Formats: sequence, structure tokens, C-alpha cells
Amino acid sequence: MALPDLPDGLVVIVKRECETCRMVVPVIEQLNNGSLPVTVYVQDDPAFPESLAPIHDADLSISWHYDIETVPTVLRIENGVEVARTVGWVRDEWQRVTGQSDLGPNLSAFRPGCGSLSVDPDLVDELRVRFGATTLSARRVDIAEAEDEFEAMFDRGWTDGLPVIPPTEQRVMRMLTGTTRQPTDVVAIVPPDLVEITVEKVAINAVMAGCKPEYLPWVIAGLEAVCNDTFNIHGVLATTMPVGPVIVCNGPGTRAIGMNSGMNVFGQGNRANLTIGRAIQLIIRNIGGGRPGEVDRATHGNPGKISFCFAEDELGSPWSTLAESRGLSRSTDAVTVFPGEGPRCVVDQLARDPESLTNTFAACLRTLHNPKSVLAFDAIVVMGPEHARVYAEAGWDRDRVLEEIHARLQIPGSELIRGAGGIAEGVPERLNGITLPKFRPGGLLLVHAGGGAGLFSAIIGGWANGDVGSQPVTKEVLP
Amino acid sequence: MTISGTISGTSSMNRVVLDPTNERRATTVERVGRPESLRGLTVGLLDISKARGDVFIDRLEERLSEMGADVKRYKKPTFTKPAPVDLRHEISINCQVVIEALAD
Repeated sequence: MALPDLPDGLVVIVKRECETCRMVVPVIEQLNNGSLPVTVYVQDDPAFPESLAPIHDADLSISWHYDIETVPTVLRIENGVEVARTVGWVRDEWQRVTGQSDLGPNLSAFRPGCGSLSVDPDLVDELRVRFGATTLSARRVDIAEAEDEFEAMFDRGWTDGLPVIPPTEQRVMRMLTGTTRQPTDVVAIVPPDLVEITVEKVAINAVMAGCKPEYLPWVIAGLEAVCNDTFNIHGVLATTMPVGPVIVCNGPGTRAIGMNSGMNVFGQGNRANLTIGRAIQLIIRNIGGGRPGEVDRATHGNPGKISFCFAEDELGSPWSTLAESRGLSRSTDAVTVFPGEGPRCVVDQLARDPESLTNTFAACLRTLHNPKSVLAFDAIVVMGPEHARVYAEAGWDRDRVLEEIHARLQIPGSELIRGAGGIAEGVPERLNGITLPKFRPGGLLLVHAGGGAGLFSAIIGGWANGDVGSQPVTKEVLP
Repeated sequence: MTISGTISGTSSMNRVVLDPTNERRATTVERVGRPESLRGLTVGLLDISKARGDVFIDRLEERLSEMGADVKRYKKPTFTKPAPVDLRHEISINCQVVIEALAD
């Protein structure tokens, strides 16, 4: 909607409910006797103030479009353009904006104003739709009066098997306040159908997932991180293996939006963790057309394909963060996406020295996918705080921990060839006599997260790695 | 709220939702008719690069050649990603028939 015109001269926006507005009526009358024309807009009582022939801003269009947050607000308009503004009652400011002196001689020099009706929390969502929804281009879908709106979401095939929040215009407009990006901006091309997705469609699906507006930049960053040839969400979706995008969040923003990096970090109970990952998966389904049993051919899948998103515990970590290890600064908000299966627990309650604990990690990591599988898959080690403390006390940094694990996972080909150990699976016979590493260089990621009690950690196994499969991708989260 | 009844209608607005899908309609493409015989036709064999797919495709090539088909072999760079557009185009202009083989 175009900006409504204001008349030249002075424009004052008031509401009767506000004591400051009532107090400045004599001042406005004083201005009305001056050289500039005065126009008063009133938000609530159409007859206030009677002496000044007010115009009722009945639908709050003027207040909304001119970003009136406080009443009274005085605007000075020249040739249709605002050239000065003041809010509340500050005599010097009023005199500066109006160019008149001796205003309100009997009043104190200063009194704060009141909140404008156009920013009233009870009204703001509806105003946003009233004046902004025309910018939304998605098809409107009517839900019949007799239809249950939650069942309607299932009936149309839009859910992941759990109920979703119906994406009304109000909710989508509110979601869009979480980003500075325009609703029409294209965020990514979403596989498998390779469809361009706009910020508006991201917001619609974020509403459905249960996100708050402040999560939206994280959803956008996560989507950008998975929808490219490097991460290859097409393959991650289509594979018969049980993987889905695992989203590790870093930076101060994780704390600002209340993400969980501690107790029960992969589990239930935290809205941000659960809904950010869910929004991305809903987008793959609803925009990309990637549905289980169709392009998604997973033999088993895993529960994390609904949402698998968590924050690193940075404040309690003895190490640099995952995002730092991938080239970003500690103060940068970022997501790192990894094609992962469900987490498994590493238990070692007796290790008090780093060598012993590293032996445990190596032995557990050896079994990933198959004890005889090498180089094909990456993994994330999610170190619990009690295990990390063992390393911290010994002075091992992030690189040392990873180097020592790698050093213990150099495996003789004789143990890996087909048939060895009575297991048909394995590497070709010609690799007998060669030592092979379980993980490629850089194939192990280390994250610090989990509750403060429990000598446990977790391993998240990956999927076909490198150029032929999927590589972890880190993206900055932008407002 | 003393506002003159202009801000209302919330309940009916909640009965309208925004479409979360890509709003595209699938286009249908007519299939080419099944040939009476493969003799003299060019048959493309696309190996998707999964392990041992070549074993299967080698055998297919033998059988098809015996039937008088002219066989051309193609290969995707990786089975995890769709065939590159240039490869798809090349197959479409060189072959009358294509067989995409998956093996595991």
C-alpha cells in the first residue's frame, strides 16, 4: 500500500486516552493560531480535541505508515515530505520542529508520551496484515467452516506427521518481522524438484513448524547451507541410508534465541532446537517435493528426520567452537549442516586420563556403519562436558583430541579385506598389506554439548562423503 | 479497545491460510512409443556409478548387441546426484532408447 499523503504544515497525532496528549491541547491550539496550518489526527476518540477539528485515523493507516510509536507525535511536512519530528512533550523539541517560541509557557519542560495504538500488541498483528499482506503472493487457501483447521493441514499433505500451526496471514506477517530480507527474495533452489524458494515461503513453513520470528534467520541460513551441490540435500534425501540434515548452531545468537546446548541436548523440550530443524525439513517436503516413499527412499530413516538441530555449548567448552574450526569468528552466528544418522552414546565412566578415554572413542568410532568400513563416512563426536574435562585437565586442545583419535584408527588392510573376521563386507583383496584410516582427513567434527552430569558423549555417523556425496557446510546467520 | 470497529474480522481471517507448497503443477510428457525391435536403434546405457553396476551393464551390452542394437555407454559422475544436464542432453540426441541401471 502506498504511503498516504499528509498535508503540508504541522501534523500532530494524538489519542484521548493519553494524559500527555490531553495536556498539550492548549499548545496545539497555540500552534493553530500561528502561521503554519495544523492538522490533528486522533487515534481513538474522533471528537478529541474538539477545538481542533481532528481527523479520525480510524484504521490507523496514518499512524502505521508514518511509524508512529508514541503519541503525541509532531511532524513537520514540507512539499509532502516529512522534514522534522518530535515525540512526547519536550518544549525545546516542539519549538525546534514547529519554528515557534514560547510554547506551553505554563507547562513543565518535559513529559513523556504514551504508546501509539498502532504499536499496541493487541492490534499490531492485524495492522501488519491490513497494510502489509498485499505484499504476500502465496495462494490463499480457504478452510471450510466445518473443517478442523489442524486436520485440514494433514488432509492437504503439508505435514511431517505431526500437527502444524496453520499459516495464516497474521502469523506469516509476524514471522517476517524476524528478518530484514524482503518476502520476494529468493533464498535457495530446493531439491529434489529444484524450485526457487522465497523468504515468504520460508516464513510460511517456519510458522507451520512452530518457529518464533527470531528463529527465521536460522532457518534461512540452514536452508542455504543444505541447498547446494556441496551438501547435496538431494542425495541426503534420496538415499536408502538413514541420514538427514543435522544442524549444529554456533554463536551468541544461539543463547539469545534460547537454544539448548546442555542437558537433553538432542531431546525434547526446546522450541528453537526442535522447530528450526523441522522448518527446513518441511520446506524440503512442501517446496522441494521430497516426500518419504517417493524421492526419499530411506530403508529405516531416523527420528531426527523430523528435526535434528542443536547448539554447541560454547561457554562451558574448553575448546574453540565448531564454527571457529571452520573459519568463522566466535562472535559470528552460524549453522553447520552435516548429513547424519541418529546419535549413539559413548559410555566411559572410568577414564581419568586422556589416553584411556581416546582409546574408548577410537574403539566406538571403529564400529561406525561397519567395523570394516573405512574412509567412506564422516562423523561428529559430540563431547559431553564430563569427558571434555578429562581432556581440558590434561591440556589437550581440539586439534590434539582429533589427532589422537585419528592415530588410533589406522587399520591394517588384513583386518578390512572382504572375508576377514568372517565378514563378507570389506575392502578389495588388493588393499591387503596397506594401512587405511577409518576417517578421511577432516572427516571427524568435534562439538562440545550435553548436560553437566554423566561421563558420556555421543557419535553421529555420516553418509557418503566428499565430492561424490555430501560435505558439511557452514553458513553465517544474517539478520 | 476504543477503536471504531474497523479493526475486526480476526476469526474469519483465521480460516484462510497461505499455501506452503511450490504451487507448481506437474507437466506431463508423452512417452515415446515402444519400438517393435531394437535392431538398428541406438540404445544408451547409463551407469549411475554404483558399485558393480558395470557388471550388470556389461551383460546388457552383450545381449543388446546380439539383438542388433547399436549400444552407447554413459556414466553419471556420482550416484548421489542427478545426472548433469549436459549428459542428459547428449543421451537424448544420440539415442532412441535409454536404459538406466541401478545395482547394489
